Amino acid sequence: MKLSLTQAINAGLRRALEDDPKVVLLGEDIGTLGGVFRVTDGLMKDFGSHRVIDTPLAESAIIGTAVGLAYRGFRPVCEIQFDGFIYPGFDQIVSQVAKLHARTRGAVRMPLTIRVPFGGGIGSPEHHSESPEAYFVHTSGLRVISPSNPQDAYTMLRQAIASDDPVLYFEPKRRYHAKDEVMLDAPLSTAPLMGAARVVAAGTDVTLVSYGPLVRTALDAASAAAAEGISIEVIDLRSLSPIDYLPVMESVRRTGRLVISHEAGQTLGLGAEIAATITERCFNYLEVAPVRVTGFDIPYPPSKVEKHHLPDLDRILDGVDRALGRPNSHSGMED
Amino acid sequence: MAHSAMPLHQLVTASGTRVADELLDEFVSDLDDQTLRNLYEDMLIVRRIDAEATALQRQGQLALWPPLLGQEASQIGSVRALEHDDFIFPTYRENGVAYCRGASMGSVLGVWRGVSNSGWDPYELNMATPQIIIGSQTLHATGYAMGLVLDGKESLSLAYFGDGATSQGDVHEAMVFAASFQAPVVFFCQNNHWAISEPVGLQSHVPLAGRAPGYGIPSLQVDGNDVLAVLAATRWAAHRARTGGGPSFIEAVTYRMGAHTTADDPTRYRGVTELEEWGAKDPLTRMRTFLTNAGKLDDEAESAMAAKADAVAAELRAACINFPDPEPLSVFEHVYVDDHPILARQRDHYLAYLSLFEGSSPAAQGGAS
Repeated sequence: MKLSLTQAINAGLRRALEDDPKVVLLGEDIGTLGGVFRVTDGLMKDFGSHRVIDTPLAESAIIGTAVGLAYRGFRPVCEIQFDGFIYPGFDQIVSQVAKLHARTRGAVRMPLTIRVPFGGGIGSPEHHSESPEAYFVHTSGLRVISPSNPQDAYTMLRQAIASDDPVLYFEPKRRYHAKDEVMLDAPLSTAPLMGAARVVAAGTDVTLVSYGPLVRTALDAASAAAAEGISIEVIDLRSLSPIDYLPVMESVRRTGRLVISHEAGQTLGLGAEIAATITERCFNYLEVAPVRVTGFDIPYPPSKVEKHHLPDLDRILDGVDRALGRPNSHSGMED
Repeated sequence: MAHSAMPLHQLVTASGTRVADELLDEFVSDLDDQTLRNLYEDMLIVRRIDAEATALQRQGQLALWPPLLGQEASQIGSVRALEHDDFIFPTYRENGVAYCRGASMGSVLGVWRGVSNSGWDPYELNMATPQIIIGSQTLHATGYAMGLVLDGKESLSLAYFGDGATSQGDVHEAMVFAASFQAPVVFFCQNNHWAISEPVGLQSHVPLAGRAPGYGIPSLQVDGNDVLAVLAATRWAAHRARTGGGPSFIEAVTYRMGAHTTADDPTRYRGVTELEEWGAKDPLTRMRTFLTNAGKLDDEAESAMAAKADAVAAELRAACINFPDPEPLSVFEHVYVDDHPILARQRDHYLAYLSLFEGSSPAAQGGAS
């Protein structure tokens, strides 16, 4: 069945609500309205306002009450309406959700799923286009994932809800309307693991690692490069915490060149961690230093100029050229 | 801060006289003499626990201890109003509550000894692990209570917090959610007048209990040094919660006679007059006077209580001193439920590193000093 990414998430939520009576949804405007992106469309009607809960506008309380529900054995799925709205809930996520299992030496589980539409490219005002994933990747006790396509959105959401660990589920909102074939009945037992990265385009010259909204861009870059005879291997990380390094290492050991791209700012972003780890573990295979193609270390810019902040096909290819030492690449990055 | 804007409910005065209270009387009408004596015994034991733990900190056996001296009635009165099924979300100071829930002394002390980040199994005691982040647990209690409604249970959750916590956004958000969803949660605020060095007047210009009605939550102010009144007030709130009445807010007006923790020096911010004033309202003294005058407490009963307190204190001291240090690799445990390859790798590397020290003196066996 062909589904958009929003429809796939909706189907995943529906399936979870059907399968497990302890699954409850909490969020702002998720019930009657069906969510500002219509991700939860129809769920309140079908499952009732006691399971699809329109909450007052307080993110700390959405997370904090979900902690209490989890204490009671529920499996809450929280929606944070936009990436930039998550910070009022940050303390509850970092100090409680992430730590309670360890704090109680395993007695209390926090099987929360926190859904966060993230990233730019939709022409929104401030606070609606951010990429805050690194904060959560840096926090032990959390799992962080980001699907790039409808099938993964469906499967990984079901895995996240089934996980006994808390999961931050970052939805690439600018890909919400991308449609693709989704197998709704494929058993989870045969699906790729939630924490597994995946090679989405095979290649031999450069390893290009990305996740979420930029996987589509990376694939397009690989196609464009192929026209010039450059073979890019694209890896969709899927899981940001933990990062599945095995396919990345395997690829880099063949290509000797690594490019990492994400919308989030560069400093201490995922690219920094991946570059450091691959340098530690594959140093003797690298032909050149890893290259990062990322957003800048700036507050998210106004939408008329966001295209200058967001890595696009050309900037990714410029990074690939740098990794290949091609003469037309942007120079001076080593200064 | 003036509390005159709200009536302060009381059943036993500071001098030990039983007085009538229109709202609260019916909630203690069933208490027999033994129950009354038990309330006093609880307070006596909890005060002894507190003194023993404070001494252990002074002797270097505990890293820190948060004394509850002066707050015994607030803690005992409230916890004794609850059923076992009711779920408690405490702060780090509710060690008297933990005792009444049946926590072992070792499980109370582990955090303060520095061997663990929590003690008891929350599901055994129906009491969450104590919260250090101020006010955070009020949201957890509210969520738990929302879950009780979803499960169709006639039970409740109770959140303990202090006067300082009432300034936290989480506490206000908790009241918003509790009111919206009519969650059966009791907000039990111990106004002990001090948030470390900050007086309650810095947190609020109105009585703390006066805030709750603004959220649509009925509240009352009770003499927090009057164990009978606290018990009655909590029963009032619990009854509301169990009968579909939704959330309630109790402000127990009490006083932190000791320091914030053993690392604190209250002489820097408060005077002796205040201490003397509150010393005259001591919760144990008044209950003892009340019981003795009513002929409900004799020397024999008192010495039995003292012996029990001694035994608990001995158990506490032994548990503290006999704590084994945790195994080095235990720091990697329970961070995740499921496998985590990156953490597993760090653990393996640290294990390999530690093995370099095998056979050398314990002092040199790894770990930062």
